[in-house]
Parts: sequence; C-alpha cells; structure tokens
Amino acid sequence: MSGTYLGMPAFPKAARDAVRNGTLRGNLRHATHTIRDKRARAVAELEDWEELRAAGKAIKDRTLRHLDHHLVRLERAVTAAGGTVHWAADADEANRIVTALVKATGESEVVKVKSMATQEIGLNEALEAAGVRAYETDLAELIVQLGDDRPSHILVPAIHRNRGEIRDVFARRMGRWGRAAPEGLTDDPTDLAEAARLHLREKFLRAKVGVSGANFMVAETGTLVVVESEGNGRMCLTLPETLISVVGIEKVVPTWRDLEVFLQLLPRSSTAERMNPYTSMWTGTADGDGPRDFHLVLLDNGRTDTLADEVGRQALRCIRCSACLNVCPVYERAGGHAYGSVYPGPIGAILSPQLRGTGSEVDASLPYASSLCGACYEVCPVAIDIPEVLVHLRERVVQGGEVTRQGVRVTLRPARGHAAERAAMRAARWTLDHPGALRAGQRLASRTRRLHPERLPGPGRAWSDTRALPKVPAESFRDWWQRTRGGAR
Amino acid sequence: MSDGRDRVLARVRRALADVPRGERPRDVPVERDYLRTHGARTAGETVDLLAGNLADYRAVVHRTTEDGVGELLARLLSRRGAASVLVPPGLPPHWTAAVDATRVHDRAASTPWELDAVDSVVTGCAVAVAETGTIVLDGGPDQGRRRITLVPDHHVCVVRVPDQVVGSVPEALERLDPRRPLTWISGPSATSDIELDRVEGVHGPRTLEVVLLAAGEGGRAADGG
Ligand code: SF4
Repeated sequence: MSGTYLGMPAFPKAARDAVRNGTLRGNLRHATHTIRDKRARAVAELEDWEELRAAGKAIKDRTLRHLDHHLVRLERAVTAAGGTVHWAADADEANRIVTALVKATGESEVVKVKSMATQEIGLNEALEAAGVRAYETDLAELIVQLGDDRPSHILVPAIHRNRGEIRDVFARRMGRWGRAAPEGLTDDPTDLAEAARLHLREKFLRAKVGVSGANFMVAETGTLVVVESEGNGRMCLTLPETLISVVGIEKVVPTWRDLEVFLQLLPRSSTAERMNPYTSMWTGTADGDGPRDFHLVLLDNGRTDTLADEVGRQALRCIRCSACLNVCPVYERAGGHAYGSVYPGPIGAILSPQLRGTGSEVDASLPYASSLCGACYEVCPVAIDIPEVLVHLRERVVQGGEVTRQGVRVTLRPARGHAAERAAMRAARWTLDHPGALRAGQRLASRTRRLHPERLPGPGRAWSDTRALPKVPAESFRDWWQRTRGGAR
Repeated sequence: MSDGRDRVLARVRRALADVPRGERPRDVPVERDYLRTHGARTAGETVDLLAGNLADYRAVVHRTTEDGVGELLARLLSRRGAASVLVPPGLPPHWTAAVDATRVHDRAASTPWELDAVDSVVTGCAVAVAETGTIVLDGGPDQGRRRITLVPDHHVCVVRVPDQVVGSVPEALERLDPRRPLTWISGPSATSDIELDRVEGVHGPRTLEVVLLAAGEGGRAADGG
C-alpha cells in the first residue's frame, strides 16, 4: 500500500490525542448518535431486514468463493459494452495505469467522486507528482482537501469539522483552487453548500476526465453502480469525455438481480434513507450519452491476501455503509484518524491489518482497538463477524502463523516482545481503561454475549488463554431497567 | 496490462485453494426468502405511497390527467419564472404546447455550459418505485441524455400512473434494461456533510417536481404545490 499514512502513531497514542480534542469528540458524538438512531428507524421499516441481510451475506460469499470466475465474466461484459478493463496487483500499478490514461488525454486536471479505493492507493498524490491536479467534488471531501486534512469517517469524511471550521476553510482556501467563496460567507449549512456548488460547477462543466470508484459491479451485465447524494457523482460520471473507475475486485456481484438486495441494504444502513438521492448505473459506453471512453481498473492491493485467510476473508463482504463506525464506542471516543488508515472504525480494524499486514505498529495495534462489544456485528448489513476476525488477528499478532502477503505465503513470527506487540497491548489497555467507551457498548454486548466467552473456542483460544478478555455483565443496567419497567407498561 | 491480469487472477485462485475443485458458483446457496414487496396494496394505494414518499424526500408532487397536463406544466414553469425549458426529443408535444418558455432541444453538440444556461427541464421516466419514493430515468426518447436532467436547476418529471409505478426495488430492477444508462432519483440533490444537517441542493437540480399523470379523464386534478 502507498504510504499515505506513513509516520502514523500507533492507535493508542493517536486515540489519546483525539480524546483530548474536545471539539472532535463533541462532533463525533453528535454525529454517530444522530445517524445511529436514524438508521435504526430506517431498518425497522423493513420487516424482512434479517432475510435481506442473510441474502446480502450469502451473495457476497457466493461471489468471493468464485471470485476469479466473476471477474472474468465482468471483464467480458464490460469489454463487449465498449469499455476497457485494466488489472492492478497493487497501488503503484493502479496509479501508473490511471496516470498514463489521464496523460494520454492531454489533460492536466480531473474531477473525482469520492472513492475509498483511490484514497487507499494515494491516487491524488500520484497524479499530483505527474503534474495532474485531482479535484475532489464531494462536499465533505472538498472540505478535507481544502483544509489539507485527512478524512475521518467513511460516509461523512469531514465529520470532525463543525460548521464554523468549514466556513473558515472555505473562506481562506477556495480562491486558491478556483472560484473563491462569496464575500461574507456565513456558517449556515445552506450557504456553505451554495458556496461549494458555485466553486465546483465551473470544474464540472469544463472537465474532460472523471475518476470514480463504484459501489457494485455486475458480472453478468458489466454494469457499474455508484450510490450518492449530492449529484457530484452524476456530474463526474456523465459530463467528462473520459471516465476512469478504480474499483476493488471484491465489489463484483454475480447478477443484475443481486442489486435488489444491496440497493435495499445500503441506503438504509448508511444514510438511514429509504433510498439515497442519486444512483447511477452504466454499462460500458452509451452512444452519445456520457463519456466516449470508459476504463475500469480492477484493484487487488492486498485483497487477494485477505481472501486467502479463511476467517479474515469475510471482511471483503463489506459494502462500506459505515454503520459499524456509528455504533462503535471506541470509534466514538478515538475518532477516525486514530486508525491510521482510510478505513476507520471496526471495519478498519479488521481490513487495514489484512490489506497491509501487521508489520507496522499502527497495523499491529488495530485488532486491539476494540472492546469486542459486538455492536458492529449486529448492525452490519452483510453480517461480518468483526469480533471474530479481531480475535483471529490478535492471535496472529501474538502467535504469528501463516499469512499471504502480496500473493506469497509467509510465516509471521510471533510479535512477543516486539514494538508491535507493545503497541498492541497499549491499545488493548487503552480500550479497557475507558469505561465510558465500554459502557456505551454494554447493552449490545450483553445481548451478544455468546461472542464473549472467557475462553474463545477454535482459532481464538491461544489468544484468550494468555490474555484476559473483558468481562461482560450478564445484563446491563439499562436492559434491567427497561425489562423491569417495560413490564409495567 | 495482461501481466497484471494474470497475476491478480493467479492470486485469487491460490487464495481460494480451500474451495473444493468441483464446486460451481451456483452451488453456494443464496436464500431469497426476503419479500418482493412490503405489504399488499391496490394500484391506487401504490400510487399514493409513491406520492407520500416523494414528498417525504421533498420532491413537490402534483396530480393531473391527460386533459390537464398541458395546463399544469405551463403553470409550473411560469410559476418558476423559467425563460427556457429543455425538452427531450420524444416528449409528447401536447405536454408542453401551452408553455411560454422558449423550448430548447438537446443536441449532440450542446455543451455543458449551454445546458447550464437553461432554467428547467421536463421529462418522462422509465419507472417509479413507491416504497422508496424513487423515479428512474433510462435515457428513453421522452427523457433524453443524462446530462439534461442534471445540469438545469429545476427538473419536472412526469410519471404515468399507475402503469409506470411499481411497489418495490426488486420489481423496478425487473423492468429495467441494464444496457441503458440508468439514473435513480429520490428527491432533490442533498447533503448531510455539514454536522449532519440535511441541505437540499448541491449539484443536481435543487428543485424536483413530480407530476403523477393518470390516464384518461376524471382523475384528481388536485395540485400539491
Ligand atoms: S463492516 Fe459492515 S457495517 Fe461496517 S462498513 Fe462494512 S458493511 Fe457496513
């Protein structure tokens, strides 16, 4: 992986700094609680949520178990529809491919719609080095980019900024990259959105090259799907002459019909809406409508290494809804930046160490950045058992063992006594030393108690044999209160 | 290029060494015991649900019949103060016959800047989804290229009810052709990126009006806006 986050301190240090930052903590708390409650209501509207969730999980498992088959099928369908498919084994390869494609158009700027895959590979930096300016067009990404900042939440990357800070960033920085913010800009969200609209519109209208990711790719038809809210995605996907989409290989689904599951699961889990404002679907190129040239770059970059781990591979089911972030008591306290990766929160804690390996202190400490309360598993629309993978990865850090790195099987040495283990144990202690963080998860934890045996069976056993797991009370105070009072109602 | 391809595919195959050789993709079970639609409704109730959900996401909903559609569209555009209106090639002429605004036709050579100068756009749709309050465009002759419903700030979309209305997302996908460019629209463009306050209107049309057009006469001409 590219070194976007090189020099990142291990989780506990970064988390401690974040906890000291009062604004950050206040923003995060407000944000996570707001989305969390809304999501619960949106999910409760569908009486078949559990069946949809099971189907979403099963479709992803079906895909992953035969990923080669589906990728080849996808390639054939995209090519038949007029697109060109490229394959990139790692970040450097993907960056080289995209840079060459942009260079071939003769353009020196591109408009981008939010894509975690391109953040993961550090595409903007690679383009910059080649003399190409990449403009982020999501409101939140724009805030992050103008503020020379890093995103802290999958869905709301600027969640750590409040309106006053956003106003200041816009007023100070917009003029440097194009149309300046209007005089006397207030911190009213409507005003801020208007400023962004004006600033970005001139970029959209003149853009010749667009860069995107995709939420889903349909193997059967070659269709790509982008789910969004603001309309910047539609702009980037429709107006440029050349479109380049960089998509992780795990984003493929077998059939058109499979979308009926994910288009119900994703909006409700992520923005808590029945449906997000805009979803674009396109298949190759269309005559006279949209880009003349379409390139799909299929990205591995650690995904096949993750796939090789029979316990860890379930992380590849993730549809990046961010529901697990919003319920995570550790994320709420520590903030997204502490995870040192584009993938924060519970999903980041299991995905980053698998994509990048546990060689660095921050990656080795990530599996410990959790109280194992199980809330993330409960809300996950594709039922990823995040606690199970966390325990599995902890064991890997402590015990060592067989893993796949860049396609090669290697044996990791146990991290005992290493800086990595020390970082990991500090993270564990940090997590356990924050009863406030734990309390928030307690209610859910009690309900998912089966996930918290004192000694873990199977692969987790070695880890739990040597490390005391946090004790989870049989019934939290809140549950008891609700049960005893609830009976009276 | 083929290098990367071989490398990635070889890694995938190695990673899946635990999958039994004879297993085919179809052998991995997927239970589809989720619902096809949520609740039983008459056609009229499905249209009502669509209207309710559209309005919930702040689209402005109107109802009319073939007899009233020309007058309604003229009224909506003049109320908006639209001086120009984009019209896709296959839009029924009588829909906009009474419109005062200058009709602009989308040409292959139209630049985004030209589209940006147009006030409103009127289109039909491919299908509408009641449970989610969604309209779907597929670039058909009465909808035009994707860009014409994106750049102008005011979009009026006509839905023929009940024919074009389905209950649920699964039913919508069944009716759509994946080879066509598709745009699913649920309310006007919005963002919640600033302290999670929903703000309407960032880049897409900031005003979305949906006209539910009932076949024949005698439908409710009530106007929601
Ligand atoms: S792990 Fe599950 S809940 Fe978390 S972002 Fe991925 S899909 Fe959503």
